[in-house]
Amino acid sequence: MQNKTVISDIEREFVDLYKENRSMFEAKTSDPVNKIRRSGVRDFERLGIPGKKDEDYKYTLLQPLFQEKYRKYLEPRKVEFDLANVFQCDIPTLDAHLILLVNGFFDKKNGNSLNELPSGIIIGSLASASYKYPGLFEKHYGKYASHKDGLVALNSAFAQDGIFLYVPEGAVYKKPIQIVNLVMAKEDIMVQHRNLIIVEKNAETGVIICDHAMTPNKFLTNSVTEIYTAENSSFDYVKVQNEHNNAIQFSHIFVNQEANSNMTSNIMTLHGGVVRNNVNVLLNGEGAENNSYGLYLVDREQHVDNYTYVDHAKPNCISNQLYKGVLDDSASGAFNGRILVRKNSQNTHAYQANNNILLTDDAKIYTKPQLEIYADDVKCSHGATVGQLDEEALFYMRARGIPEKEARLIMMFAFAHEVIGNVKAEALLKRIDDLVEKRLKGELSPCDNCAMKCY
Amino acid sequence: MKSMLNIKNLSASIEGKEILKGITLEVNEGEVHAIMGPNGSGKSTLASLVAGKEFADVTGGSITYLGKNLFDLNPEERAKAGIFLGFQYPIEIPGVTMVNFLKTALNEHRKHKGLEPLSAKDFLKLLREKKDLVEIDSKLTNRSVNAGFSGGEKKKNEIFQMAMLEPKLAILDETDSGLDIDALKIVANGVNKLKRKDNATIVITHYQRLLDYIVPDYVHVLFDGRIVKSGGKELALELEKKGYEWIKNQVNGN
Repeated sequence: MQNKTVISDIEREFVDLYKENRSMFEAKTSDPVNKIRRSGVRDFERLGIPGKKDEDYKYTLLQPLFQEKYRKYLEPRKVEFDLANVFQCDIPTLDAHLILLVNGFFDKKNGNSLNELPSGIIIGSLASASYKYPGLFEKHYGKYASHKDGLVALNSAFAQDGIFLYVPEGAVYKKPIQIVNLVMAKEDIMVQHRNLIIVEKNAETGVIICDHAMTPNKFLTNSVTEIYTAENSSFDYVKVQNEHNNAIQFSHIFVNQEANSNMTSNIMTLHGGVVRNNVNVLLNGEGAENNSYGLYLVDREQHVDNYTYVDHAKPNCISNQLYKGVLDDSASGAFNGRILVRKNSQNTHAYQANNNILLTDDAKIYTKPQLEIYADDVKCSHGATVGQLDEEALFYMRARGIPEKEARLIMMFAFAHEVIGNVKAEALLKRIDDLVEKRLKGELSPCDNCAMKCY
Repeated sequence: MKSMLNIKNLSASIEGKEILKGITLEVNEGEVHAIMGPNGSGKSTLASLVAGKEFADVTGGSITYLGKNLFDLNPEERAKAGIFLGFQYPIEIPGVTMVNFLKTALNEHRKHKGLEPLSAKDFLKLLREKKDLVEIDSKLTNRSVNAGFSGGEKKKNEIFQMAMLEPKLAILDETDSGLDIDALKIVANGVNKLKRKDNATIVITHYQRLLDYIVPDYVHVLFDGRIVKSGGKELALELEKKGYEWIKNQVNGN
């Protein structure tokens, strides 16, 4: 990424805002976080918001998205709501441990800022944890999220809270941990939270993150999640993005996997104005396996951009990527997937596929697979397809009496299910299936889960 | 005998090329018709037009089914009215299980008849009964529609679907192609078991072999878009003996 010599007004505004509030920020979090914060603002000042010439952001124009006059709350706002009345998750009765993040701040309404689950798992506020576990933060915080991207640097500078999850050595917790991430305000706001997930040796657990915008305001979320999986650990990450057309989301995930660890991510974009998901994976130990899945179902003017980068830094690792999308109306999307196999990473298996269905002539998808291989004993493949629903299959179903509309729905659902089917927790899989089916039928509005019904 | 299908002077073309050049055919309840003919004679085009596939332009004539103009109905309406096409090349639909596919289709047929959807228990019972009828491997119904099925399994699967949906008029488009003799017998056996007084079958085939097992009431020879000869089941045997050259020579007046 190029250095910028001139920064725009909006970028200057961020830097000034940071400088004015620096002492407040630094009081919120402990030293290891503040160290990264200081380098974050320096890097942001140098890099700015990625521009048109940035190859990695070629298909999503960022600058105009930051022009809105978002309020940037530097203190948690008091949001009055009764969880039980306002929010019913679309994944109801899921037997999960529920954690709430409101406008980027951990909500301790129903408990302490840090909670201990069975098996010694700790979950709660990132800010609180940074004081309580400075050693862990020293070791992990900011070590995986690279400031090569100005947006990540910006998050480092402004991050005040988010989710901290620590899974100690040998802990196995099968019940999913559900993190509900709400944005709700009476004005347009920007949210920049930061999550840190540490899964120690031989541990095994999973999270599901549900993103919802609860009021019709404009929201911009720029979040960073760092995930460390130690030797022989296993971690499942499921994210369901179901916001609305006024919501913009940049989600940066950085994964560091040690030897023989297994990590699966499954990112499902059901609704959002502009969504950009960055998944960066470093396979940093032999025998590590990473599976990255993505599904995007978009219509109207929505835009979804998925970027993946898998770095095979060690030999004998496996990576597998499958991203699929259905784009309707004038929706647009991009998939940019890069696999790097380093010189000594022999016996690498790396696969990538991106399949798209365009339902109209106006829907657009840009897909760009990239393989860079420097080792000579590898198995790699990548492929991208863009097409329409198979007319022959549609006729076959109609010839059996299935109405055309239903036949189309069945086929889209089958297409999407190839991604959903990789969700490991069966109860969750079933519910996401239901959610996706509702979405494809047009029965799922982003406000379904909210009693406010502001539209 | 009640008239079921009435094709009158039907002409159709694909991309300007005339494929059907005035077909007239009447099929009554309880009858089995065989349509034979060499490759490219228009057999599959005829079958697809009856099922409602929009790939050929109808340039003249009519198709009436149980008194209704068939061109007013879309493919799903034709299916629910009792028309079934056994595909020459059954389509693979990855990700859609046979069970889900059949349940959806069957319940659409029931809805059309004003019946409630079948309960899961009754559906599975029906599924088992019909599976036995066509001797289809149990495991196939849990797989995606035709995905990874062998050629023989795909054809058996067509007859299985026919058994589930109980059509009034079944058109089997080269259901025998690619089948070994055992599979052929099973398929024919299935068709014969499903035969009733109030339904009808049109068997489209290239070879006489299938007609040893499904005995037709009428045999029609389709050649170059026209039915050039019609007769009883003995016509098939004659055709087998003398070959299509015989027909060609007759048509060309040699």
